[in-house]
This record gives sequence, C-alpha cells and structure tokens, in this order.
Amino acid sequence: MTARLPPGLQLEKVDERIMTLNVGPQHPGSGHMRLIIQVDGDRIVSCDPDPGYVHRGEEKMAEYRNYITNIPHLERPVIHDSCNILYPYCLGVEELLGLEVSERAKYVRVIASELNRFTYTLYWLAIYGIFLGHSTMFMWPAGDRELAIDLLEKLTGARVTHSYFVPGGVRNDLPANFEDVCLRQINYLEKRLKTYADIFYDNPILIARTEKTGVLSREDAIRLGTTGTVLRASGVDYDVRVKEPYDVYDELDVHTNVLKNGDSYDRSKTPWLDMLESCNIIRQALEKMPKSGSVRVKLKPNPKGGNDEVYKRVESGRGSLGAYIVSRSKPEPYRVKLSVGSFRNLICMPYLLKGEKLGNMPAVYWSLNYWPVEADR
Amino acid sequence: MLKDLITPQNANAFVGKLGDILVKAIDQPLEYAINWGRLWSLWPVHIETACCSVEFGAASSPRYDVERFGIIEAFGSLRQCDLVVVQGTITRKMAPRLRLVYDQMPEPKYVIAMGACAITGGLYFDSYNVLPGIDGVLPVDVYVPGCPPRPETLIQGCMLLQEKIKRMKAR
Amino acid sequence: MSDPENITEETETKPIVEKQEDLPKFEKDQSDKITAKFGSKTEIAFVKPDRIKVNVKKEDILDVASFIRDELNYDHAESVTGVDFPADKEIEVVYHLGSYTDPQLSRQVLSLATRAPREDNPNPGNDSTILPSLRDIFYSVEFHERECFEMLGVFFEGHPDNRRLLLPEDWADLPPLRKDFAIKGR
Repeated sequence: MTARLPPGLQLEKVDERIMTLNVGPQHPGSGHMRLIIQVDGDRIVSCDPDPGYVHRGEEKMAEYRNYITNIPHLERPVIHDSCNILYPYCLGVEELLGLEVSERAKYVRVIASELNRFTYTLYWLAIYGIFLGHSTMFMWPAGDRELAIDLLEKLTGARVTHSYFVPGGVRNDLPANFEDVCLRQINYLEKRLKTYADIFYDNPILIARTEKTGVLSREDAIRLGTTGTVLRASGVDYDVRVKEPYDVYDELDVHTNVLKNGDSYDRSKTPWLDMLESCNIIRQALEKMPKSGSVRVKLKPNPKGGNDEVYKRVESGRGSLGAYIVSRSKPEPYRVKLSVGSFRNLICMPYLLKGEKLGNMPAVYWSLNYWPVEADR
Repeated sequence: MLKDLITPQNANAFVGKLGDILVKAIDQPLEYAINWGRLWSLWPVHIETACCSVEFGAASSPRYDVERFGIIEAFGSLRQCDLVVVQGTITRKMAPRLRLVYDQMPEPKYVIAMGACAITGGLYFDSYNVLPGIDGVLPVDVYVPGCPPRPETLIQGCMLLQEKIKRMKAR
Repeated sequence: MSDPENITEETETKPIVEKQEDLPKFEKDQSDKITAKFGSKTEIAFVKPDRIKVNVKKEDILDVASFIRDELNYDHAESVTGVDFPADKEIEVVYHLGSYTDPQLSRQVLSLATRAPREDNPNPGNDSTILPSLRDIFYSVEFHERECFEMLGVFFEGHPDNRRLLLPEDWADLPPLRKDFAIKGR
C-alpha cells in the first residue's frame, strides 16, 4: 500500500456493499463517455462523469487559423448539425468585421438551420430507440432523416459537414426549383413525424420505462443552468429564437413547446414537438423569402478584426449555443470559446442519476440530449 | 483381399495417398465454407468515436442497409463480435482503451479504419491530443478514406474486406 | 478609439471603452446600479445593446457576484472562459451570466471579468494563480471551473473538486490553452 501509484490512479477505501462500475468509454450506446457509477444492489449511490475521450483541442487550434479557414474546423463537433454550430461564430465574426448580410441570405440561413434541426433530432431519436431496445424506432427516424439530408445535399453539396455558412452570408444560392421540392418533402416529413406517436410516444412500454424517472424540477433546472429541451421539459419557457431573435426570427412566428413534468418522458417528447414546429417555420420562410438578391459578401483576403470581443447565441438541437470571440487586430482570432449545450447539461447527470435504479440509467442518460463530441470539443 | 493389397511395405504410401485424396476432396471446400460463413456475418463493435459514427449509423438505415451484408448494428457484448470499425478520431486518452477492446475480442478479428482521422490524423494532425492514425495501436486490414466517407464508400470498404477474407487461411 | 498605426507587436490587452453619450438606456441603468453600489472597485468595460462587461478585482468578486444575483436577478452562468494575456502577465476569467426568471433580462448577458496573476513556470494548484470560486453563488459553474483549471492552470479556491475533466490522466505538460504552449509544427 505504500508503493507509488502511476499518475492518474487513486487509492480509495471500499465498502463491502458498494460496487464500483464503469459504464465505460466503449459501450453499446453512442459516443465515448465514461460514467463511474457506484451501486448498492440495484440503486445508484453516486455517479462521476468522466468526459474527454474525444477532446481534440478545437479551441486551441482555432487560434492558429484565420477566420475563414476556421469554418471546416469549428463545424466538426456536431457534423450533422453543422449549420447551427457555425451560426454564432458567423454572427460574431460579422459583428467584428462590420459586415452586412442581405435579406435573402438571412432567410436561406434560417431554412438551412431548421433543416439541420431535423437531421440532428432524428438521429438522436434513432439512437434513443437503440438504447431502449426498440429497433423500429431506429429504422423509421434513420430512414426519414434521409429526406432532410437529400434537401441539404441539393442545397450545399454535402450530406453532413456542409461548411455552408460563411461570415457575410452563405456560400451559394438556392438551386433551381428548390422551393417546390422542399415544400413537398417537408409536407411528407410532417406526416411521417405524426406517426411516431403510434409506435413510440403512446407506447405503454415506453411510458412505463420513462415516466417519473430522472425528474428535474423547475427550480433545479434554473439553478443548474440547463438549456434547450431539458429546460423546456421542466417548465421554463426559454428559447433563444424567441427571446433574443437573430437574423429574421423576429419576422417569423415561432411557438415554444413547454412541458411540465420534467421527467425522461417529457424530455424525449419535447424535441419531437420542436421538429413539428420547424416544419411550420420552414414553410413560412419559403413564403416570405425575397425572390432575388445576392447571398454572399465579397471579403478582402485575410480580414482582421479590431480590438474587441463579442458573444453571440443561437438555438441549436441541444440548446443555446454561444460563441465568445476575442480579437486583437490579427487575421487569426485571439480566443474562440464555444459554450455548448451538451457541456452545460452535463451537470444534470450526477444530479439526476443519484438514487435511480440501474435499469433506468439508459433512459435518463440519453434523454439529457448529450452529444459527447460536442461536449469535449 | 484388402489384406493382400496393403502389405507392411506399402502401408505408408497407401495412407499418404489416401491423405492426399482427402485433402483435395475436403480441405479446400472446408476452408471455403468456413471463410464463406465468416465474411457474410461480420459483427461490428461499437467504437462510435466522433464524426464518422453518424455515417455509420446512416449506413445501417433503411436506404443503405448494411445489414444485407450480415453486419448487424446493435450489440451488447464485444466478446461476440469480430469486426472493429474505428470510426473517427482516436485521442491519446482513448488509445489504451481501444487496445483493451481489441484484446478482448476472440479470434479471428478484422479492423477497418474509417475516415481520414483514423488513417493519418486527418484534419487534426497538429492537435495536442490526437493520435496520427491508429496504425500504431491496431493492425489495420482495410482503410476507408473520406471525411466522413459516404455510406456507399463504407460498404465498398466492407466488400473489400470480404475479398480479403476469402483469400485468408481459415484455420 | 485605438489607432491602427499605434498597435505594436505585442497585442494590446484592454478592449475599447465606448463614448458616454450614445449608450443604450436599459443597459446603462444596470451598469449604473453596479457603480452606485461598488464605486471604484468595479470598472465598466463596455455597454452595448444586450451586453455589459464589468471588470472586478479578485478580492471583490464574491461581493459583486452576490449583488448581481440578489439585486439584479441574474440566476445562472452560461459559460466560464479563461483568456491568457502573457503581455500583461495576467489571466482573465470571464463569467457570462444570464437570467431565466426575469422577463426584462431575457436578452441580456452580463460578462463579469476578473484577473489572476500569471507565472512563467506554472504549477497548477500550488502557485499564485488563484481565484475564489463562484460555485456557492452560481451552482452552474461547477464543471466550467474545472475545465478552466486544467486548460489554463487557474486554481479556484472553495471549489470542492478541482480535478481534471477533459485532458488525459497522465498529462504532465503546460496547461494547453496558455500562449506559450505551442502546437507541434507551428
């Protein structure tokens, strides 16, 4: 016991009744994240999250690349929601460089951002199906998601990692006949989304497994600083698109879905309701969009920001995503920090899992909308 | 009559010739049958690291359907699997655990490196926490390039692995 | 406003302070309440639409943060960022605070900034880069302060659990987000 331990290991005294388990970095769920759980029989006594297995050092590398070459880098944390994670960065850089975005570009950005909400949330629902052992719930969202990916491929040229938003607008304009195709596919997608209620949300087995587990009260949700659908499922009415509208969200009619109970069932239902709301937003945006105009601003090579700092926020699939950019008159930013929804909701995990049964852990863990790559950046 | 045919002098040669006939008749088809069984039921372990896991999930979706090749997505235990598809960036924190996962799988096992990050470090070649490719950790059979590779490219990679298994020794 | 020709090789560290006449009214009221209570201990760095920045010294930050939580009704922290300024020999830690309960503050984000001295050979946890932790006032900063500790070497006194979060267990090099930690090949 007096031998020197290698770095990173620690010695602790164990109780005879309590067992320490590793919900290890490789698990049949999704993403590399470790939870060190201590169980007493079947009940979880304490939980210690151990993220960082996908920490790639995005923020350090952003200081070595200039504002434009940072774009493919900073969209990699969530590749299927890449427009939303670039959005606050582009808004911030536009304020630093003093760029004006045209009206048509703002509408195109809103459409791309809402389409990305489909691809992210449907993938999350598909993995939720696998976690609970419901394989139809994997196949249906994964298949319907391909419709939204088709639209994005027509628009941007890539299935995921679009690199579509640039400071000053978007990279290219809509292709010919895009509005009709988009409207048809969104109508079909909405019909498909409504059928999920039959197999999933009204399914008595799902209700029995997720109701009243992992209950997060309203005061706790505010005190822990949670964000996104986790917050709205606990009764707090806060959506950045409504409270601090960016681009043209102040001209569109956005309805916030707020549920009261704060358990895993509500947290799994709120993103689905948000997707149905996105269909309405896309239809309104397609109607109100100006029919012509440029979508991109010509930039000088190696643009430099002034001696300034900026903080911008956007609502993504996981919650409010903020970008804090500090610039000091060089082509590279001095510091870029992404304040992501997954990392802010991480604090709920030890808080909610204490006292839960071990069998309820997958339902609670994935209902917190935690994407490990984004939290580690 | 058989006793007259097989004398103590030519018993060795007789058994040797019988062995040759048996090898030609059974061993090659047996090897072919064993390899056939292996390549049409490759079960992958979940190493869903980072970005490429999204395209692996899309490959299991109804449109691309990698399950018709025998590659089933959802698994509980890695002691029943024989394919490691390393999907994405491996960081220095994850590398020992990746080796541990590989060592826990029973033989025969195959490795596919999917995505630019798993091959050479990709977009993150100069990061302080990323391994420049997984060649130092695992013996890779097939490299699938792309950032991320489309599901069709991944399926082509699996078919190349199947071609490789056909040529391998079975026992 | 700073003049482009006067910027030297070492980058300037303090951001620009706005002119007093054309500041937005609601934000000016907020910042006036803070200066009325604390006077010269705080310095208002800028007042922009929806964004205010307050610079505080590390000895007074607990009082200012309690005032902001109790009187101005900010209830959670959105993020905690550390920025390294080797030219000043200081590390700045910025808390972005928001409010979910007060409907008038739903657009505002208040940046509360403080500075800690910086050493050239850091020994995280055992040298002079120490700041008081705001975890008792805003519970939501718990994991953010842990990340700031391991990335920049700032020790938060009063935080129950100053361990590393994202880096590998055997990391023995400089804290990565410092400016003297160079990425290989650049």
